[in-house]
Amino acid sequence: MNIRVTERIGILPRHSILSLGGSLAAGLLAISSIFIIFGVNPFFAFAKIFSGSFGSIYGIKETITKAIPLILIGSGLTLAFRAKFWNIGAESQLLMGAIFGTWVGLNWGPHLPAPVIVPLMFMAGFVGGALWGLIPAILKVKFSINEVISTLMMNYICNEFMKFLIVGPWRGKTKHGFPYTDDLPASAILSLIPGSRIHYATLVIAIAVVIILGIAVYRTRFGYEVRVIGENPDAAKYSGIDFFRTTVIIMIISGGAAGLAGVGEAAGIHHYLSYPESISSGYGFTAIIVAWLAKLNPVNVIFSALFFSGILVGGDAIQISLGLPAATVQIFNGTLLFFLIMGDYFLKNRVTLQWREEGN
Amino acid sequence: MAKIESLEMKDISKSFQGVKANSNVNITIRKGEILGLLGENGAGKTTLMNILYGLYQPDSGNIRINGKNITINSPMDSRNHGIGMVHQHFMLIQNHTVAENIALGFEKTPLFFPQRNLNEKILSFAKNFNFEIDPSRMVWQLSAGEQQRVEILKALMNGADLLILDEPTSVLTSQESRDLFQNFREMRDQGHMIILISHKLDEIIELCDRVTVLQKGSIVGEAATKDVDKKSLARMMIGRDIIFQIEKEPMERTEKVISVEDIVVKSDKGLDTVKNVSFEIFRNEIFGIAGVSGNGQRELVEAITGLRRVEAGKIVMDETDITNETARCIHDRGIAHVPEERIKFGIAPGLCLYDNAILKQHHKSKYSSSLFLAYSKIKQHTQQLLSEFKVLAPSINIQTKNLSGGNIQKLILGREISENPSLLVASHPTYGLDVGATEYLRNQLLKRRREGGAVLLVSEDLDEIFELCDRIAVMFRGEFMGVLEADDQRLEDIGLMMAGSMRVTD
Repeated sequence: MNIRVTERIGILPRHSILSLGGSLAAGLLAISSIFIIFGVNPFFAFAKIFSGSFGSIYGIKETITKAIPLILIGSGLTLAFRAKFWNIGAESQLLMGAIFGTWVGLNWGPHLPAPVIVPLMFMAGFVGGALWGLIPAILKVKFSINEVISTLMMNYICNEFMKFLIVGPWRGKTKHGFPYTDDLPASAILSLIPGSRIHYATLVIAIAVVIILGIAVYRTRFGYEVRVIGENPDAAKYSGIDFFRTTVIIMIISGGAAGLAGVGEAAGIHHYLSYPESISSGYGFTAIIVAWLAKLNPVNVIFSALFFSGILVGGDAIQISLGLPAATVQIFNGTLLFFLIMGDYFLKNRVTLQWREEGN
Repeated sequence: MAKIESLEMKDISKSFQGVKANSNVNITIRKGEILGLLGENGAGKTTLMNILYGLYQPDSGNIRINGKNITINSPMDSRNHGIGMVHQHFMLIQNHTVAENIALGFEKTPLFFPQRNLNEKILSFAKNFNFEIDPSRMVWQLSAGEQQRVEILKALMNGADLLILDEPTSVLTSQESRDLFQNFREMRDQGHMIILISHKLDEIIELCDRVTVLQKGSIVGEAATKDVDKKSLARMMIGRDIIFQIEKEPMERTEKVISVEDIVVKSDKGLDTVKNVSFEIFRNEIFGIAGVSGNGQRELVEAITGLRRVEAGKIVMDETDITNETARCIHDRGIAHVPEERIKFGIAPGLCLYDNAILKQHHKSKYSSSLFLAYSKIKQHTQQLLSEFKVLAPSINIQTKNLSGGNIQKLILGREISENPSLLVASHPTYGLDVGATEYLRNQLLKRRREGGAVLLVSEDLDEIFELCDRIAVMFRGEFMGVLEADDQRLEDIGLMMAGSMRVTD
C-alpha cells in the first residue's frame, strides 16, 4: 500500500467545509477517548458541555461573557497571523491593557463620571496592549528577532510585572493585605446586562472591531499590504511596501484589541486587579485557536469565539458535575487545534491511498 | 542496482483537477543517448519528468527499466534506480552552504563532519567540469547561474545513469553551454543517458540524438535530430511558423532619461559587487547589460530600483537625484522593474490576479483613496491587462500561482508597462519562457523603445541582447568591460569580455 500526496489545485468551498467538519469530528473522537479513560461516557460529557454552555439561559449568558475577550483578541490575531506575524503574546497584551485601564480607573475614576472615565479606560487599555505588542514588532523588523520567542517571553515579563504591582505599590488599602488592588470606583465599573455578567460596552466594542477589521483586510490599502506581506515578503519589498510601518500598525491593532479585552475583564468582571491567571484564564492563548478556526477571517471570529467560549463554560460544567480535572478544557482545546491544523494539511494536499502496485 | 540499459515510460497519463497534463505519453531512451523533450510552456514536459523523478505519481501507465516494471514513489526511489534531475526552479536550501546542500542528497556523505570531507570531492568534480564553485559559500549569496551549477554538480556527484535536465542552459553563457554540452557528450559516450527539456531549438539540434515534441500533454512528433531543422521543429512545437528575426528599426536616441554616475554597491556578503559603474540611457533606446550572472548585475539593478543601498556615486533621473530613495518613490518617478526571479519577487502567488495586477501601484489615486481600494476599477484594469497583454487565464479571481510562467511574466510586464514608465528595467525577462512568449515579450520591449521609453535589459541570453539592444555593456566582476554600439565589430569578442580577458575603452 502506498500513500500519495499531491498538492490540491483549486480549493473549492466544499473542500474547506469538509476539512473543517472532518477535523472537528476527528478531534471530538480523539477527545472521546480521553473521556473514556476517565470512565466517563463521551456522549454524556459532550451533552453536558453543550447543555452547560448553550442549553440554558444562564449558560448562554456565560458563553457570551467569555466570548467577548475571545472575539477581541481573536480578530486582532487574524490580522497579525495574516501577515505571518506569529503573535503568541496576546495574553500579556491583554494584561497590559488591564493594568493601564485599571490605573486610569483607580486614579481618575473618583473624579470623573462614567461616560468620561469608561472611554478613557478603554483608550488606556488599547495603548497598553498596543505598546506591549509594539516592542516585538520593532524587535522583529529592526533586529530580525523572531517574534514567536519575543512575544512568548513578553508574557512572562508582564506576568511578573503584574504580580509585582499587586503585591507591591498597587496593593489595595481596603484589601486587608491580600495582593489585590482596591476596587475600581463605581463610575469606572462597566455596567452589565441585568441578570448576567455581560459587560455590553465591551461586547459592542468587540463587534465594532470585527467589522472594522473585516473591512480593513479585504477593502483597504492597509489590508492589501498585510496580505501581500503574508503571501510573499520578497514581493512586498519589491513593490515598495513599508515593512516597518505596516508591521507596527498590525501589532498596534492586534495588541490594542487584546488590551481592550483586558479592560473589559478588569472593569467588567473582576473590578480590581489580582493575579494574572485569575484576570485572564488563558484567553490570549485560546484566541490563537479561535483565529485559526476562523480561517483568519475576522468576521468568522464571532462564531469560533462563541464555539470556544462554549467549551470553556461547558468545561466548567463537566468539571463540577463529572469531577473531571481542571485541565480537561485545555486538553480539549489543544486537541482541537491539533486536528484543525491537520485538517489544513488535507485541505492543501490531496492524499490518496493506493492499494496495490500498479502495472504488475 | 544494475546500470540502466533502457528506460521506457508507457502510456503515462496525469491530470490535475481535470486538466490533462499528460495523456498517453510514451517515451523510450537507451544507453548512450541524449533525448530532447521539446514543447511550449504548459505542454507537459516538466510534469512528465517529475513523474519519472518520483515527484508525481501517474494516474495510469508505467515505467520500465531494462524491460522490467518499476514503481517510483519518491525521488529517493528514483535516485536509487539511477535517475537524477536538475530542476528549472532550484531545489536548494538557501541558508545552507554549497557543500551542505550537496551533502544532503549525497549517498556517500560521511556521518561526521560531512562538509569538510566533501569539500575536496566537490572541488575535484567542479574542476573536472570547469565550474567555478566555492563549496563554503551560502546558496542565497549565489546568482541564479551559480545555483544552477550547484544543482548540476549535485546530480552528477550522485552518479546518476540517467540525468534529467530542465532548461539547463537558460542561465549559462554560450561558452559555458558549449562546455556543458561537451561534458554531456562525454557522459553519453561513457554510456550515460540524458533527457534534456528545452525550448531552445538550437540546443536540441546541436546536442540531442533524438527529439520528442509535446503539445498540450500529448506527443505530436518524434524524430532523429539529424533529419530535422529548426523550422520544422518549431512548426511541430507550436503548430505554426514563427518569425525568428525580430524586426528592430533604426532609431535615434533622444533625450537622456537616467544617468548612473560611479556607483558602488555591496552584495549581501558586504563586498563591493558593483565597482564604480557609470552609464546613461536615452529615450528610444534599449541598453543591454550582458554577462554571466553573479557579476553584479542583480546588485546594480536593485540599486537602480531602490531595493539596495548605493554606497557611493549617484543616480540622476530627469535632473533629479534619486540615489537611495525608497522603492516606491523611484517607481513613482517612472522606473518600472520586471524582476529577475518572477515568482519570488514579482507576484504574491497566493493572491488573485487582480491583487497582483496592482502590486506597486495600489497606492496610486486611480486605484485607491487614502484608505480604501477601488476594487471595481482594479478589476476593470486587470481585465484590460489580460486582453492587452494576451495573458491566458480562466478568470481574474484565480490565484496567480495557477498561471504558467509565461502568463505570469506577461502579467508582470503588462503591469509595469501600463504605467508608461520613462525607464523599464527588465532582468532576464524571457528566462525559462517558450518561444511564443519570448517572441511576444521581446516585441513588447521593442514597442517600448518605439514609443519613446528607455529600457535597461539585463540578460545572459546573447541572442536576446544582440536582437534588441542599441548599446551593449559587458559586465564582469562588478565592472563594465566596455560599452559598445550594437554594430561595433569588436562585439565579436564579447565572449572574451564576458570572461574578463579583454577590456574595450573608447
